[in-house]
Amino acid sequence: MFTLRSAGRTAACTLALSCLSVAANARDYAFGELKITHPWTRPTPPSAPTAAGYLTIVNRGKSPDRLIGGSTPAAGKLEIHQMSMTGGVMSMRPVAGGLVIPAGGSVSLAPEGFHLMLIGPKHPFRPGEHIPVALTFEHAGTVKLNLEVEQPADTGGAMPGMAMPGGHMDMH
Amino acid sequence: MRRLFGAAAALVLLAGIGVAVFVAWPRPVPSPSRSSEIGGPFALIDQDGRLVTDRTFLGKPTVFYFGFTYCPEACPTTLGHLAVWMKALGSDANKLNVVFISIDPERDTPAKLKAYLSAYDPRFRGRTGSPEAVAAAAHQFNVFYNKVPLQGSDYTVDHSTTLYLMDAQGHFVEPIGYDEDPKMALASLKALVGA
Repeated sequence: MFTLRSAGRTAACTLALSCLSVAANARDYAFGELKITHPWTRPTPPSAPTAAGYLTIVNRGKSPDRLIGGSTPAAGKLEIHQMSMTGGVMSMRPVAGGLVIPAGGSVSLAPEGFHLMLIGPKHPFRPGEHIPVALTFEHAGTVKLNLEVEQPADTGGAMPGMAMPGGHMDMH
Repeated sequence: MRRLFGAAAALVLLAGIGVAVFVAWPRPVPSPSRSSEIGGPFALIDQDGRLVTDRTFLGKPTVFYFGFTYCPEACPTTLGHLAVWMKALGSDANKLNVVFISIDPERDTPAKLKAYLSAYDPRFRGRTGSPEAVAAAAHQFNVFYNKVPLQGSDYTVDHSTTLYLMDAQGHFVEPIGYDEDPKMALASLKALVGA
């Protein structure tokens, strides 16, 4: 049963990879030993002083790398922050000394954890828009990529007048 | 003699403990519900610069949230959820006040709050005020927040992420936690507006 299932999964993955390579490329980036998948950010209201960017960094190399900073033309500043929740209290702090991407490992910047903090967006981010960012790694150097402006899967960034993912909750 | 002194000292000590226990022992509070714990008088400025109090919108149930516009994640997520729930409530949403109280009044001016909140739902109301007035309001709701300096003159604010549901008379009904199941949260809001 196990072998059948895993064989099926492998086949499905192979199929998906070959079929969706174009779609995957649109969101995923490779820079030497680093692979960056699904960079995204939320739509922002006008006058929002901040926006958070999320992505996963995979290090396929034999030595660790470190995300030490970045910049974006779409906001005043880009920093690496960490959010944490303790007893219902939200805290947010800049990550001191950068974010280590272990050799052969990966780090996810995701809601309720690490994120790129875009301080002072120069315009409201609209769904479907691409926000260019440059991320600087200790070894890989500076890499450029786009954050896609998306509604999060949990509808958390939903705003009136914007397309919302259907099927999550009955809305009429 | 020494024995007698020891016994007297013990007696005094026991009496002391007795008094301490009497003083510290929780006594029943003469209140009909939990409403005395959360909520109470406050006076703040709304998104249009008008003075508002806890009594301004009595007559409709109210959802209170304490946050700040510089908040990159918890506040946008909560406001996004609230916007979706307002839509799901349909016309019943008009029976509800949603009030966002800024715990960062130094940066969140009425105009900034108005622009920020109206992008989620034009019915959302903002509250700000002097740091003292905001602190007093937060205290009424047992809301924790703490200004944390960052590099330079920058700062962030750690804060509670709970939604407080109050009935039309201003009595606390129940909270909705940050990670509450959206269906449960919507059920709570429906119950609040009597839908």
